[in-house]
Amino acid sequence: MTPTWYVVLAAGLFTIGAVGVLIRRNAIVLFMCVELMLNAANLALVTFSRINGTLDGQVMAFFVMVVAAAEVVIGLAIIMSIFRTRRSASVDDANLLKY
Amino acid sequence: MTHQILAAAASTVGGGERWTFYILAPVAVLCAIGMVWARNAVHSALFLVVTMLCLGVFYLVQAGPFIGFVQIIVYTGAIMMLFLFVLMLVGRDASDSLIETLRGQRTAAIVLGLGFAGLLSAGLAEALGHVRPVDLAAANQAGNVQGIARLLFTNYVFAFEVTSALLITAAVGAMLLAHVEKRKEDKVSQPAMMRARFAPGNYPAPKPGPGVFPTSDSVATPARMPEGTPAARSISKILPQRELTAREAAPKGTEG
Repeated sequence: MTPTWYVVLAAGLFTIGAVGVLIRRNAIVLFMCVELMLNAANLALVTFSRINGTLDGQVMAFFVMVVAAAEVVIGLAIIMSIFRTRRSASVDDANLLKY
Repeated sequence: MTHQILAAAASTVGGGERWTFYILAPVAVLCAIGMVWARNAVHSALFLVVTMLCLGVFYLVQAGPFIGFVQIIVYTGAIMMLFLFVLMLVGRDASDSLIETLRGQRTAAIVLGLGFAGLLSAGLAEALGHVRPVDLAAANQAGNVQGIARLLFTNYVFAFEVTSALLITAAVGAMLLAHVEKRKEDKVSQPAMMRARFAPGNYPAPKPGPGVFPTSDSVATPARMPEGTPAARSISKILPQRELTAREAAPKGTEG
C-alpha cells in the first residue's frame, strides 16, 4: 500500500459529494455535500504534502478550512433568510428568476 | 519522544497505518454514501460527522497532528454544530420530496458520478503509481506545529493576512443577513395589545392546561370543555392529539 490510496479515496469522496449536489434538493444537505467535497480536497492536499515531503500542502489544507468556515457561515445565513421569506429550504422552490 | 512518534508516523506506510486505512476508508465512504442517501437531514449531518472524524484520523496518521486536530475541532466541532443549529431552526422534518423534477436526473447523476470517479481514480493511480513518497520526517524535525507556523508566517504571510479580511467580511455578512429590521410602525403599543386581547373573537383568559384524568395525565391528552368536547387549545400544536379510546376511558375494575 502506498499513499496513492489516500488520493484515490479522496477522489471517491469528492465524487460522492458531487453526486449528492446533483441529486439532493434540500439546500442544507447540498451544503453538506459541498463540505464533503472540500474535505476530500483537503485529504488530497495532506497526502500530497506527505508525498512531496514539505508542509505546504498542510498549510493549504488549513487555508481551505478557514475559507470553508467563512463560506458555511454566509451560506447558512443565506439559507436562513430564504427560509424566512419562503418557508422552505428546497432549492426547487427558489425559482423566481426562472420566468 | 514527540519526534520519535512523528518519525514513526511519517515513515513508509506501515502495518498500523495500513490497517487504519483498511478499516476507516470503507467507513468514510459508506458514511459519505449514507449522507447522500439519508432522507432525514439530521441523519445526513451525523453521517458527515463520522466521515469527517475518519478524515481527521487520516491526517493524524499522515504525520499532520496539527491539521488533524484542527479538522476535528473546526469541522466536527464548529461547522457541523452550526449545521445542526440551522437544521433545528429550519425544522427537522424538512425532508426531501421524492419526485424528480427532471426525469432520469438521479440515474444520470449516478452514472456520471461513477464515470467521473473511475476516470479520476485511474488517472491519479496511473500518475502517482511510480512516485516514491518522501515523507514528512525531515519537515517535521522541529515539530509539526513549528513547521506549519514557520511556513505560515514566512511564505504564506500575505495569504494569512488576507484570511483575516475574509473572516471579518464573513462575520459582517452573517450579521447583515441574519438581522431583521424592525420598523417603528410595526411596534404594537400596550393599549392596542389590550384592545386586541379583549376584542370579540379572542379568548382573553389563559389557555387551559392539558387534561389530568385518572386514566391519563399525558400532555398529549386534551382537556375537556364543560360540555364534554376536547379543548383543542389545551395541547401544544406540535404534539399529536391523543384521544382516549372507549376501552381506555372505561372505569377499571379494582377487584381483579
